[in-house]
Amino acid sequence: MKISITRILIYLILVLFAIFYIIPVYIMVVTGMKSFSEVGLSTMWNLPRSLNFESFRLAWLGSAKEGFRGLSGSFLNSLQIVIPATIISAILGSLNGYVLSKWRFYGSNLIFTIILFGMFIPYQSILVPLVLTLEKLHAYGTIPGLILVHVIYGIPISTLIFRNYYLTVPIEMVQASEVDGANFLGIYRWIIFPLSTPGFAVAMIWQFTSIWNDFLFGLIVTPNPASQPITVALNNLAGSYIVQWNVQIAGALLTALPPILVYIFLGKFFLGGLMQGSLKG
Amino acid sequence: MKPTKRIIPILFIMPSVIAVGVFVYGFISWTGFISFTKWDDVLPNYTLVGFENYRELFANMRFQIDLRNTLIFTVIFIISCLAIGLLLAIFLDQNIKGKGIFQNLFLLPMAISFVVSGVVWHWLFNPGSIQLGNIGINQLLEKLGLNFLTCGWYTDPKIGIIAVAIAAIWQFSGYTMALYLAGIRGVPVELQEASAIDGANKWQTFRYIIFPFLRPVTFGAIILLGHISLKIFDLVMAMTGTGPAFSSDVPALFMYDTTFRGNHFAQGASIAIILLLLVSLLIIPYLISTFRKEAWR
Repeated sequence: MKISITRILIYLILVLFAIFYIIPVYIMVVTGMKSFSEVGLSTMWNLPRSLNFESFRLAWLGSAKEGFRGLSGSFLNSLQIVIPATIISAILGSLNGYVLSKWRFYGSNLIFTIILFGMFIPYQSILVPLVLTLEKLHAYGTIPGLILVHVIYGIPISTLIFRNYYLTVPIEMVQASEVDGANFLGIYRWIIFPLSTPGFAVAMIWQFTSIWNDFLFGLIVTPNPASQPITVALNNLAGSYIVQWNVQIAGALLTALPPILVYIFLGKFFLGGLMQGSLKG
Repeated sequence: MKPTKRIIPILFIMPSVIAVGVFVYGFISWTGFISFTKWDDVLPNYTLVGFENYRELFANMRFQIDLRNTLIFTVIFIISCLAIGLLLAIFLDQNIKGKGIFQNLFLLPMAISFVVSGVVWHWLFNPGSIQLGNIGINQLLEKLGLNFLTCGWYTDPKIGIIAVAIAAIWQFSGYTMALYLAGIRGVPVELQEASAIDGANKWQTFRYIIFPFLRPVTFGAIILLGHISLKIFDLVMAMTGTGPAFSSDVPALFMYDTTFRGNHFAQGASIAIILLLLVSLLIIPYLISTFRKEAWR
């Protein structure tokens, strides 16, 4: 009897925390679906009486009459940034991880540590030189410029993910094919790459989520609305006094949707990335 | 190995090493240099002034408030994440029905952008007004009969930073739970069984078997959470901004205002370097200890 009371208490606390974690998502969903006549700050907890997608429509398309931009353009910008950046980042990470796990050289561990430090720095400490350099490269304010930034600052985490993953591939497989005459690229192509699917899944999902959710680089590198990512556009939408709060909340849900979908359908790999991020192999 | 065989792998990793060398270490040095100059306008001015910018910075009231806010935020954020994370991990380890569902729910915030959660928590912590009455969290507290907990949240200069900390705890406590769950899974089952055979109760097993095993997890989590809290920017920007009397301001936001809104580049660079030093104090020992262990692999 005593045990079952403890268990009830445990479930109760777990449910309470589940409610805590779900609150913002609940508010986003119910607010987005209410009609303008029904939406109100003092009734924000109520469920919608009927389904209405007007808030989403306004957040997506904006309103010329009220004079604000919707998120549709920046949603497409984010896609154009995140897809190439994720793919390039994963390929680079895979090659780096291959070298650092299977072709170690004198000082390779030190180089790995030096690269890793790059994922912890506060990016404030590189922003001004970054802008000046991108201006020199005529890449400032452009989508390719932002892709370059995400690829470079994604090197540490993608290298870490692949290096730790390749450490689980037995070195004997590499040595055996070396004896068979395969070279550096041959071993990668025929032995390592075919085994890399889980590594690519973790690295790409991690990079997709963190690049999509990035705000600071987008804010600094692409200040112009034509090329800014969705997080920056959402911040502008929410900071505008003419945009009603339910439209802001609907915009927040639109911004959150792609990573949430990835999380729901590929959550296992997302967790893999999280664990790698804590440096645990 | 033949020399060419050694060189090819190095050639392949070189572009990344150079990129990180330039974009991380080169740019940090560049920012460090700017922090010693007089650059205070749109056009660069590289006249050296020594530590003048740092002296001004530490005398600046806004920066003093920021450091205090960072300290309060960091302490609340780390302690709450560790406590909630450990509690949830231990509970989920008790053969819970629907463990997967709970776990997925608790981790969901990690997939959501800081800007999104900032926008939503901004409205949740909106204290309402005389006309509206209580709204958001205050309304929820009122309905639960917890009226004494209602307050002005980020509109109250005394507790503004705490409202931001709650949003950050919402975002990262599930992550801490995942770290602890992985740690608990790493405790050898035989040890737990042996302690049960020796007559230890659940609490004793935790106290003497599991907790010692979790010490490195706690250590790692403190470093990760600590470096996140030092760098926090997006969430504050989207949720509250600087707040009344800079009550929810943080160094990263100060740096952004100073550099990109005020064009005080040298002053901004000095804030960035202080931030980097604080983060390095946490991260470099952690990296070195990880690196030392790696050498044995």
